[in-house]
Amino acid sequence: MMGTAFVPVDATGGPRFAGLLSAGGWSLYGLAALVLFVVLPLSHLAVPADSPFHLSDYWVTLLGKIMCYAIVALAMDLIWGYTGILSLGHGLFFALGGYAMGMYLMRSIGRDGVYQSDLPDFVVVCDWKSYPWYWSFTDHFWYAALLVVLVPGTLAFLFGYFAFRSRIKGVYFSIITQALTYATMLLFFRNNTGFGGNNGFTDFKRILGFPITAPTTRMALFVITAAALLGFLLLGRWIVTSKLGRVLTAIRDAETRVMFSGYNPLYFKLFIWTLSAVICGIAGALYVPQVGIINPSEMSPANSIEIAIWTAVGGRGTLIGPVLGAAAVNLGKSWFTKAFPEYWLFVLGLLFILVTLFLPRGLAGLRLRLKRTP
Amino acid sequence: MSGGTTREHWDDPVASGARVLADGVDTTHRGILYLDGISVSFDGFKALNNLSLLVDVGELRCVIGPNGAGKTTMMDVVTGKTRPDAGSAFFGQTIDLTRLSEPEIADAGVGRKFQKPTVFEQHTVFENLELAMKTDKRVGPTLRARLDGEARDRIAGTMDVIRLLPEAARPAGMLSHGQKQWLEIGMLLMQEPQLLLLDEPVAGMTDEETLRSAELFVSLAGKYTLIVVEHDMDFVARIAKKVTVLHEGAVLAEGSMDSVQQNEQVIEVFLGR
Repeated sequence: MMGTAFVPVDATGGPRFAGLLSAGGWSLYGLAALVLFVVLPLSHLAVPADSPFHLSDYWVTLLGKIMCYAIVALAMDLIWGYTGILSLGHGLFFALGGYAMGMYLMRSIGRDGVYQSDLPDFVVVCDWKSYPWYWSFTDHFWYAALLVVLVPGTLAFLFGYFAFRSRIKGVYFSIITQALTYATMLLFFRNNTGFGGNNGFTDFKRILGFPITAPTTRMALFVITAAALLGFLLLGRWIVTSKLGRVLTAIRDAETRVMFSGYNPLYFKLFIWTLSAVICGIAGALYVPQVGIINPSEMSPANSIEIAIWTAVGGRGTLIGPVLGAAAVNLGKSWFTKAFPEYWLFVLGLLFILVTLFLPRGLAGLRLRLKRTP
Repeated sequence: MSGGTTREHWDDPVASGARVLADGVDTTHRGILYLDGISVSFDGFKALNNLSLLVDVGELRCVIGPNGAGKTTMMDVVTGKTRPDAGSAFFGQTIDLTRLSEPEIADAGVGRKFQKPTVFEQHTVFENLELAMKTDKRVGPTLRARLDGEARDRIAGTMDVIRLLPEAARPAGMLSHGQKQWLEIGMLLMQEPQLLLLDEPVAGMTDEETLRSAELFVSLAGKYTLIVVEHDMDFVARIAKKVTVLHEGAVLAEGSMDSVQQNEQVIEVFLGR
């Protein structure tokens, strides 16, 4: 199956802690930062729209969205690729982060909604006179930002604590996470739940006072998302190159031996699981203002399965692989769903089968294979 | 199963306890493991029947006996996996093994190697030992842990003892069966145990590996106390100073390999029927 990457060793045979990335890795990292922070923003804002070097609105939104997905795939890799726990409910944490941000965006609409009311349209439709209690303080950005972290984090912590303490593993854990996201989706579909029912939240006007559709606002969101992606990539590298990272892969490969060695796997799993959920929540919060909508379909089981596919296609246990996997699959998806919309799911399924059969280490494994062939 | 302990013995280390409790295992009376009148039964079958065993510090004790003699159950009692119905089990003078949980016993300094070697196959030999090393093993300290020179030296020293220094950077999954057994013993040593329980450590080894294991165990005795459960009589004859023969859950004979081999009852149990 998966191996720990080819770790450079020092004279004593121990792993050499040269740093988070190799020299080549840092160059690519710098290049990515240059493109995302300088080249693309300039080509969107400074290059005239009729120039072939202009980055259109369509691409800014698409790339921003893909970066959010890439963050989710990265989070998935921490829990699945490194720790061996397949979650089929990560879409839930993504959606919860998105909803928390959406609450703030809804309250920023003010009187500009369809009904010209102080309350958002969905509250008016429900014939409620005020917000439900859990909407308190959501007009403050800092509070919404807190919810983005706390809601997915708390849910993951509680769910994980009971699931891991009961030693629920493997396919049983996957099925329960799938059920969890499905049940929450049904809950959010109800109008009375107070989150806009099946329409969810949309028609946002502004964020922190800036008009949300203005090119500069969009580009700012794009850059923040890129910074989050690059930041989480380093955070992930820091974790998996630490001793804790080696404990996580040891849990994946021989959990009872980890226990005999004196570690309590429960807390290690709980740590990485909760962190993974929080990262997903932040990705969701970045996604919603860029895409302009959040609704319960984000919690559909199929979405969570897709996250697993991005990760597998990119290559589990490599961090960068799932990031590239999320990008490749979603670029393919956006082209396919325009060209042959009815065939996309078949292609996705086929892709998953082919990768499993011929590229067990995904796109990242392809690179290693090419390197080894003379 | 109830965790009953017998308290009426004159040499009960706690009841007589005028001693100040020291940190860790107290071996001031030379003994490191005291099993006294241990009985364990599973659904009426007496796996251990009034078993008493005393092991001194630094000893290399071999335990032999036919299948079902209670060898594995005895190890289960010492490591806390099974609670005895009667009898007492002390580690040193003060640590009551019948009252501690498995991790607590492991933490107190009892290391156990199971028959089938389990190592972290994807990790290198070095990393396997690093993960086993005695240190703060909670999440936070593990995340911040960095290897200092002293730790590297300790790992290198252990690799030297188990003869795996040249394989330091090799994934453990690529080692031979015998090397995996040694690596697992090395992982136990990294946890700084006082007492090592080894369950059939040379099963499935080549002759060459068995020979080297014998050297290894003899060299470990003294610094550690070893209890080796083994079927391979040639191997036992090679390493043993003192042998305990178990039969039907009790000690049948005890002494040097020669004296045990001359024992009529032992010959009957092993060769008779």
